[in-house]
Amino acid sequence: MPVHLPKNIAEATQILLEHPDATLLGGGTDLMVEVNFNHRKPQTVLALRHVPELRDWSIDSNSGTVRIGALVPYREMETGTLASALPALAQAARTVGSPQIRAAGSIGGNLGTCSPAGDSLPVLSALDATIHIVSASGNRDVTFSEFMVGPKKNSLRPGELISAVSMPVQRGRQGYAKVGVRNAMVISVASACFAFQDGTVRLALGSVGPTIIRCSSAEQFANGAIDRAGMFDRDSARRFGELAAGESRPIDDHRSTAAYRRHAIGVLAERLALRGTQQ
Amino acid sequence: MSSAEFYTLKVNGVERQVSDAWVGESLLYVLRERLGLPGAKGACEQGECGSCTVFLDGASVCSCLVLAASAVECEIATVEGLNPDGTLTDVQEAFVTEGAVQCGFCTPGLVMAVHHLLEENPQPSELQVKEALSGNICRCTGYGRIFAAVETVVNRRNGASS
Amino acid sequence: MSTLKTRRDVLGTSALRPDGAAKVKGDFAFTSDLNAENMLWGATLRSPHAHARILGIDLSAAWQIAGVEAIVTADDVPGLPTYGLISQDQPVFARDVVRYMGEPIAAVAADHPETCRRALAAIRVEFEVLPALTDAEEAIAGTFAPIHPDGNLIRHQRIVHGDPEATGPIVVEGTYEVGMQDQAFLGTEAALGFPDHDGHGVEVHVATQWLHEDQKQMAACLGLEANRVRLVLGGVGGAFGAREDISLQVHTALLALRTGRPVKMQYGREESFFGHVHRHPAKIWMRHHADNDGRIIKIEARFVFDGGAYASTSSAVLINGVTHTQGPYRCANAVVDGYAVRTNNPPCGAMRGFGVVQACFAHEGQMDKIAAAAGLDPVTVRLVNAMTTGDTLITGQVVESVAPVERLIRETDSIPMPPPLSETPDELELPGGSGITSERRHIRRGVGWGVSIKNLMYSEGFDDYSTARCTLTDGKVTLKFATSEVGQGFVTLAPQIARSVLGVDDVVCDTIDTNIGSAGSTSASRQTWMSGGAVDGACRLVRERLFERVGAEHGIDPIRLAIDDTDVVDTVGTLRISVKDATAGVTISEEFEHHHRPTEDLDENGQGNCHVAFAFVAHRAVVDVDPDLGLVKVVQIATTQDVGRALNPLSVLGQIEGGIAQGLGLAVMEEIIVDNGRVRNPSFTDYLLPTALDAPDVVARLVEEPDPQAPLGAKGVGEPPCISVTPAIVAAIRNAVGRDIPRCPVRPQDICL
Repeated sequence: MPVHLPKNIAEATQILLEHPDATLLGGGTDLMVEVNFNHRKPQTVLALRHVPELRDWSIDSNSGTVRIGALVPYREMETGTLASALPALAQAARTVGSPQIRAAGSIGGNLGTCSPAGDSLPVLSALDATIHIVSASGNRDVTFSEFMVGPKKNSLRPGELISAVSMPVQRGRQGYAKVGVRNAMVISVASACFAFQDGTVRLALGSVGPTIIRCSSAEQFANGAIDRAGMFDRDSARRFGELAAGESRPIDDHRSTAAYRRHAIGVLAERLALRGTQQ
Repeated sequence: MSSAEFYTLKVNGVERQVSDAWVGESLLYVLRERLGLPGAKGACEQGECGSCTVFLDGASVCSCLVLAASAVECEIATVEGLNPDGTLTDVQEAFVTEGAVQCGFCTPGLVMAVHHLLEENPQPSELQVKEALSGNICRCTGYGRIFAAVETVVNRRNGASS
Repeated sequence: MSTLKTRRDVLGTSALRPDGAAKVKGDFAFTSDLNAENMLWGATLRSPHAHARILGIDLSAAWQIAGVEAIVTADDVPGLPTYGLISQDQPVFARDVVRYMGEPIAAVAADHPETCRRALAAIRVEFEVLPALTDAEEAIAGTFAPIHPDGNLIRHQRIVHGDPEATGPIVVEGTYEVGMQDQAFLGTEAALGFPDHDGHGVEVHVATQWLHEDQKQMAACLGLEANRVRLVLGGVGGAFGAREDISLQVHTALLALRTGRPVKMQYGREESFFGHVHRHPAKIWMRHHADNDGRIIKIEARFVFDGGAYASTSSAVLINGVTHTQGPYRCANAVVDGYAVRTNNPPCGAMRGFGVVQACFAHEGQMDKIAAAAGLDPVTVRLVNAMTTGDTLITGQVVESVAPVERLIRETDSIPMPPPLSETPDELELPGGSGITSERRHIRRGVGWGVSIKNLMYSEGFDDYSTARCTLTDGKVTLKFATSEVGQGFVTLAPQIARSVLGVDDVVCDTIDTNIGSAGSTSASRQTWMSGGAVDGACRLVRERLFERVGAEHGIDPIRLAIDDTDVVDTVGTLRISVKDATAGVTISEEFEHHHRPTEDLDENGQGNCHVAFAFVAHRAVVDVDPDLGLVKVVQIATTQDVGRALNPLSVLGQIEGGIAQGLGLAVMEEIIVDNGRVRNPSFTDYLLPTALDAPDVVARLVEEPDPQAPLGAKGVGEPPCISVTPAIVAAIRNAVGRDIPRCPVRPQDICL
């Protein structure tokens, strides 16, 4: 039977061992587009819809870590406990597609596809998320930067699947912003996630390079410019934006131009640095 | 087709057999072409229009993005199942009376989306309505009469309960 | 005579759609919902190149695929190899050359859509890729070898009116650009064809705007008599101009005839972008001369419409563009040149507004420039120039239609402005929406104006008519017409007419098909006027017969009889008999063909009474703009529309709000991006349509001054709403950020870079 419907992770990895070429199906919001548009013809599908472990999330208050199953739909991150723990992720989740897409799409899907426009990915990058990977031969954890290796390329090996991601709960200001040409249901033209976490500033950019970009120069500058509460003055926020724009590596395509994307990153980074203040 | 599929879907409370299907068929295709339920409409095949909205285990999703064969053991609800006795639901009635229907292609999906919204949030603000319906494209109405229909239903339901 | 009371669902009431209940339940049969016993699926192989020679087509591998029942190419077209609305220049299938990306090359019929896709993938076509003509100016200059036997220039039209040397103290000019918009109806192209048992005829159920034109073109290509090609309107999921041309009609019929089985074709969204014509991208230069009070003295203009690979309606779109150069303003002198050209870009044709959208974008930009130069505000400059009934257009045609331009502007101006953006707005109220890209302090508000004139019906001597039959029996009316119902609501309006004329409540519309004369196209804002006129005429003929009958029975001169409520009454006597009783066991049936008054061709100087009638509308847009990111939120559209008479106010409002959303799309997001002849965004992920969160508040008022020319006093209301709203929004953006933005859609980089 070409569609396999495992009931737990152990079954899933066993099936994957037997069918290493099986196509993994989460919420379907990426894969089914490819199928419907005749770009992909799956032979064997491993549908993870019925694996409850992948739909669980938990917060470990001792370690201050949030663990989110690979198939937890985005809509669960938009509000409630998860949103309080990870406001930037909540903001990113709310920009994913439409309500219908957010009811099906998940971080596991964003990671599996690994598009630079994946809305949740800048959050995972900024918060140095850990990706939990399972297979019949054992489990391993990798950081986000090790995981995403190129546009639509990740370091997942045959026989492996993503079970969950872990991130630290919010310990400082964080925010996410995404530019699209419509006020809802739009692919990112440029996005950014800012976090002031454990005394340091992190900034990650989406849709402006082959992978999610961590802005090391802007971060380094910020760490020297912010006050102890992580606040910027206007000039340093502007400089932070300029450095971020400089670190972006955007291209021209049918969705936008490289020049606009670079400019937008500068504006978003500066605004995120000042968000919620009256500057 | 090279890879035939046999499975059972539970649609509007009824078990339906699907046989000889191609593995890549979407739930939208199976509902429409195999199960005789054309209420869900296909207009974009990529989750960007909401015309094919159905409920899958209570969640409002685009049926074009659900691999049909993966939807076994799920409760699938379509527009045809909203009111099995053939009368109109309050949402459907308001769509007609408020002029929210023109060509009507987006309408079944929107009706589903509005039912889902009001189930979750019986008194939505104007912005909550707009956000909840932002995944359902309507090309004819400009949405004004659709918002009016939602308002009518909210007012009627609240009037009825008070 | 008793006092008249308002009856249910007569003219002037907001009667509800008769198909509404079926549509909300999902029961309404759109063409894509149709199925047949033993049905096959059809699919089309399309060119991946914008311009290429076809060196060979190898079907052998495709025939090997189990389930494939037919494959047809240009060799299999039995009749005329080409079709077209105005000139027959477009091949059913490309034979030696492909002229645009997406041009059909072959079609297959098979047992499953997936089998079709595999068969298409197995067809081998050998191409020699040719350089593509993609620059309209090159087509005009004649520097590119003809890409079609008919040449690269589809039409040139000049208008010279008044004194070409006239000038004034104020001279303003601009070059404006309008992007290629897609109609993006939600129900993609679909048809189901049934072959006749003898193999010499076909019945096709199709989603179209014009059954009889399809029938004519299909019959020619199929080599059949027109009466052997029967068309039935399948449920139509929107149209907006994109269903006026042939798309899959001939292919479906051909496959059905070839296989002897019912064949269904249905485009996916990606194919739909290649399967129909789009709104012409246009480049328009205008120079206005005005006096110090801002009054227009002369307009110079040059229009270039890129028609793409095939002519479609480009020549008519061009004429609409150039003849609307002046907008709804007086202008005594003009020199205009217009070109519609052929390129290897996607073919363009009809879309709601039909050439006037482009002209209006340019002339409204110019009006604001005149205002700035004369020190006037946008309202005053439009008021001082507003045309009125009796004014002469730059074509020499006198505007006989009611032309309440000044009133439209004043009423719109009196609509209250929206409240200012609150100090603590929800992020969904701000430009950028849920992306949370801005805060209150980043936002600037702008206000802009657009006013337009739009011709109604067809132009340039076309003998335009519509046919309807009314049958009255036992107090029940059946209406028959071939008018395409595409969502606009003619199936609501036609029974309203019958109820008003005949005093009946029970009215049904018969199947919409080719078993009656043509109704013309559901386009050009014409069906209320034309098919409304036909239904009205047929109902009036039936009423005359009814009066004759009642008169003869009761010895009363029929001239004394009238309809009151649901009765026939003697206006000077006591007779009162219900229409139902008067028609018990009796059938009265009459057919009527409504023609509008004749129009003329334009002469070489663009002079002539080429249009039938005009409608007008004013729009005021309020927008919030994030100047640093170039993002826009349209807050409010205030509008007043000249409708003649609102026959169904709810339907009119629906047309207004819907048209505004499409105009908003063109203003800020909708564009087919074409790069060297290649479409880059044929999907709803990348071709963006306004969502519920992009919809502005619409405050609409109607001006009802019944037009004496119009059969029911009503002007068409479909196109005007989408025309001047686009320039109004762009003007509001300019106003907010203080920049000259000469193109639409406005892209973020046009605002902030």
